[in-house]
Amino acid sequence: MGAGLMDGREEHELHKRRKGRNMAVGGVLLAFVVLLFGVTIAKMGDAVIKPDLAWGESQ
Amino acid sequence: MASALTTNMDTPRDAEFGDYYELLKPRVMSLVIFTAFVGLIVAPVGVHPFVGLASILCVAIGAGASAALNMWWDADIDHIMARTQKRPIPSGRVTEGEALSVGVGLSIMSVAMLGLFANWLSAGILAFTIFFYAVIYTMWLKRLTPQNIVIGGAAGAFPPIIGWAIATGSISVESVLMFLIIFMWTPPHFWALAIFRNEDYVNADVPMMPVAAGTASTRRQIWWYTVLLTPIAIAPAFTSIGGAFYLVVSVALSIMFLKSAWVVSRRDDAAAAADKHQAEVKLFKVSLIYLFALFTTILIQSALKTAGYAWVLV
Repeated sequence: MGAGLMDGREEHELHKRRKGRNMAVGGVLLAFVVLLFGVTIAKMGDAVIKPDLAWGESQ
Repeated sequence: MASALTTNMDTPRDAEFGDYYELLKPRVMSLVIFTAFVGLIVAPVGVHPFVGLASILCVAIGAGASAALNMWWDADIDHIMARTQKRPIPSGRVTEGEALSVGVGLSIMSVAMLGLFANWLSAGILAFTIFFYAVIYTMWLKRLTPQNIVIGGAAGAFPPIIGWAIATGSISVESVLMFLIIFMWTPPHFWALAIFRNEDYVNADVPMMPVAAGTASTRRQIWWYTVLLTPIAIAPAFTSIGGAFYLVVSVALSIMFLKSAWVVSRRDDAAAAADKHQAEVKLFKVSLIYLFALFTTILIQSALKTAGYAWVLV
């Protein structure tokens, strides 16, 4: 704490909170990228939730 | 300066991520996710699990966005009502402008993404739902008429229609019935709350039914709406999503809901005050269990059919 004050880099509660918020926003953005990637892959494939139905239809 | 920045609830401070999340009314969002999920799963057309998951996420975010817009518009009365005083805006954690930005931003994002992930019919219905809740209900009806939640309830009823539309790209009798169940369920559910929170609404000058028409009339209306709900709740048994299992359970659940509504309709404010609104609180809880159980039953019935137990009635 004392050293922090000396070199002017004391971490305030404000900084902690902002850091937490930035990490969370970063996490959301990352999740969004994963989501878009996943949907793209899924839409390119032809797997469906009821594979037996799809199989039946294709026969 | 440092001490001013290490703040408490009374002084303004930077919002945390959780404060923004709270703007989305996570508890309401969970009901939206669940009913949209049921609509999606019981639909006769298969959807890729990941696309289905991503689409439901869009519906949840759209619902959250409309909740943020609701909190932005209602910040003045949320400040007065005990039930809503701890929300992010009245407690000073988020500014009104931030709530508006979150609401508008997520609305556009969720509708556009749902259109791309699933289809534009479901995206269109989601856009209409957000508009209906934020503008028709929150800005227009809520402070104007005691019928506010009767009409506004439609906003909360759309998710199963959206879920069904995600899978099929269409609207059907089955999805309309699921819509009607939530639509007719909303008045008795909300009026039970409005009776035991009546003071809040009086203070905030919101014309909820008990404020505008009195509690005696509200109690009668709770009963009649529950009676009207009963055949609608049983009707899906005779469609493609229903069957014998659903018929038996929906009748049992309806009897449970009717019993609670009957008790509330037969008593007056003196009796309610004497036991601290026990029957009204119970009706509120029963209504939540009822809706959750009814949609779970639709889900189980669908699973039974998939597993080959064809207890169908039609």
